[in-house]
Amino acid sequence: MGQVSGPTAAQGDARSLDTVGRVLADLPPAPAVWCWGLRKRYRRQVAVDGVSFTVGRGEVVGLLGPNGAGKTSVIKILLGLVRPDAGDVSLLGQPAGDPRSRTRVGYLPELFRYQPWLTATEVLALHVRLSGIAVSTEEQRECLATVGLADRAGDRVGGFSKGMQQRLGLAVALVARPDLVVLDEPTSALDPIGRADVRDLLLSLKDRQVAVLLNSHLIGEVERVCDRVVILDKGQVAASGTLEELLGGHELRMRLDGVDAQAEARLAATGRLTRSGNVFTIALPADPGAATVPDLIADLVDLGVRVHAVEPARTSLEERLLAILRARPDEERR
Amino acid sequence: MIVRTVLTVAALTLREAARRRVLRSLIGMTVVLLALSAWGFSRLDAEFGGLTSGEAKVAGSTVLNLVMFGLSLIAALGTAFLAGPTLAGEVESGTSLAILARPIRRSAVLVGKWLGLATFGSVFVAVAGLSQLLVVRATVDYWPPAPATGLALLAAETTALFTLGLLLSTAISPMASGIVAVGLFGATWIAGVVGSVGEAFGNDSVARVGTVSRMLLPTDGLWRGAMNSFQDPALLRQIGSGIGESPFLSMAPLTAAYVAWAGLWVALILGLASIAFQRRDL
Repeated sequence: MGQVSGPTAAQGDARSLDTVGRVLADLPPAPAVWCWGLRKRYRRQVAVDGVSFTVGRGEVVGLLGPNGAGKTSVIKILLGLVRPDAGDVSLLGQPAGDPRSRTRVGYLPELFRYQPWLTATEVLALHVRLSGIAVSTEEQRECLATVGLADRAGDRVGGFSKGMQQRLGLAVALVARPDLVVLDEPTSALDPIGRADVRDLLLSLKDRQVAVLLNSHLIGEVERVCDRVVILDKGQVAASGTLEELLGGHELRMRLDGVDAQAEARLAATGRLTRSGNVFTIALPADPGAATVPDLIADLVDLGVRVHAVEPARTSLEERLLAILRARPDEERR
Repeated sequence: MIVRTVLTVAALTLREAARRRVLRSLIGMTVVLLALSAWGFSRLDAEFGGLTSGEAKVAGSTVLNLVMFGLSLIAALGTAFLAGPTLAGEVESGTSLAILARPIRRSAVLVGKWLGLATFGSVFVAVAGLSQLLVVRATVDYWPPAPATGLALLAAETTALFTLGLLLSTAISPMASGIVAVGLFGATWIAGVVGSVGEAFGNDSVARVGTVSRMLLPTDGLWRGAMNSFQDPALLRQIGSGIGESPFLSMAPLTAAYVAWAGLWVALILGLASIAFQRRDL
C-alpha cells in the first residue's frame, strides 16, 4: 500500500487486487506433483540421482523401473518421509516442506501396515482426523465398501489377511477426498480379482480427475490406466513421456503373397516398411485416417496381391521398458 | 491443527495401551504385588503383635517404601516397554508411514505419544499407589504424611524414564530401547545407593557418584523424594543424622530446584527425541 491512501487510492488498490486475483484464478492449477533435481544417498549407495518430473492435475502417471531403481525412495521423498540431500518438491502447488501440502494427498505405502488393535472403521476415522478434513461416517463406510471391506468394518485389523490389509490401505489413501493419490505397489498382495478391482478404482479416480502416481511391477496394468510413464533406472529418469511417445505409433502386420515392385511401392507409401519373408510390417503414422488401412488392402488386392492376414501390432510397454533398460549400460560405457 | 494432532495421537496411544497385552500384564503384576504386600503387612502385625505404635509406624513406613519401590519398578518397566514399541516398532513395521504422510508434524506425533504415555503412567501410579496406601492403612494403620506429593513424584519418575525410552527408540530397536532405559534406571538407583554409602562414611567423592547420577537421570532423585513423602517424619527424627540414607529411607524432601531440573530434563530429552525423529528417514 502507498503512503497516501485516500479513498481513490484505496479503490485503485482494491481494483488492482481484483485484477491480480482474476489473473491468478485464470492460471492453470499447479501440477499435482512437481519435483526437481531430487538426490538421495544412503551411506555409499546413491538411491536417487537427479530425478525431476511432474504429475499434472487429474493425470495418471506410472512409475516404472527394476528393483532398486529408487522408485519407493522417490515416493517417500515426495511425501516427506525421507529427507532428500538435494532437490525441491511441491505437492498440489504447495512446497512439500509444509505438512499442509499433504492435506489432499492419499498414500498407500509399499510396506502397508495399520494398527492391529484398531478396527477397520477406527483406522479410517483416525486418518480422517489426522487429515483435518471433515468426512462423514457415512462416507467413510462407503469408502470401506468401495474396497470390498464393508462386512469387515468392525473387525480388528490384526485378524486381516495381507490382501485385506492392502484393501484397507487403499481405503485409507482414498478416504480424505484426495486430489492426488500415491500408490506404491497397490496390488502386491492382491489376487486377480483384487487386481481387477484396483484397476477399476484407478479408472474411476481418473474419471473424477484425481491425479495418481502409481508404482507397479504389473506393466500391463500401468499400460491400461496410465496417461504417462516415468521410467527410473539406477536412481535416474531413464525415459518418460506419454504412452504414445514411448511406444511409438501403431503398426500393421500383414502376411502377403505375390508382392511385386508396384505393390511394395504402394506399401511403402503408407509408412515405413519392414519385411521378413512374406510378413510385411508397416509403421503407421501417429494418427492414421480411418480409410488408410481399408484403402491399402483394396489397392493391394487390385494389384493382384493375395492377402492372408492383416493384424494391428504395437510394441508393448514391457518390450519398450526392457529395451530402454537394456540399452542403458551401453550408453554409460560410452 | 497441531493441538488436534497431539490429542488424537495421545488418545490413540491410550487406546493402544488399553488394548495391548501390556495393560493386562501390568494389572496382573500389580495385583500380585498388592496381594503379597497385604499378606506381608498383616503378618507384620500378627508376628510382632507386641510392637508399640511407634515401632509399628517405623516398620510400616519402611516396608511401604520397599513395596512402593516394587510398584515404581513395575510402572517403569511397563511404560518403558510401551514407549519403545510405540515409536520404533511403528517405524519398523511400517505403521508410521501412512500416519506420517498425513498433513501433520512429526514433533506433534511424538508429543502426542508422550502425552498419552504420561497419562497412562500417571493414572497407573495413582490407582495402584493409592490401593497400596489403602492396603497399608487397613493392615497396619499407617498413613503417610504427604501421599499426593509422593504419588506425583512417582508419576514424574515414570515419566522421566519413558521419555528417555522415547529418545532411545528414535535411534535403536524397540526392545533394545526398553532394555537400555530400564538398565539405566537400575544403574542410577545403584549409583544412588553407592552415593548414600559415601555420605554415611563421609566420603565426598563416593557421595558425588549419587549426586551426579541423580542429575544425569533424575529417576533416582525423584524416587527419593517420593520415599520422603511416604515416610513418617517421627521415624526420621528418631533415626536422626547418625545413619545416612538407605536405599529405602530418604532424609530430606526434594528441593524445588531439583524438581525444576527434573522438569527441564524431561523437556530437554523430549526435544532431543523430537529432533532425532524429525531427521529420521522412514
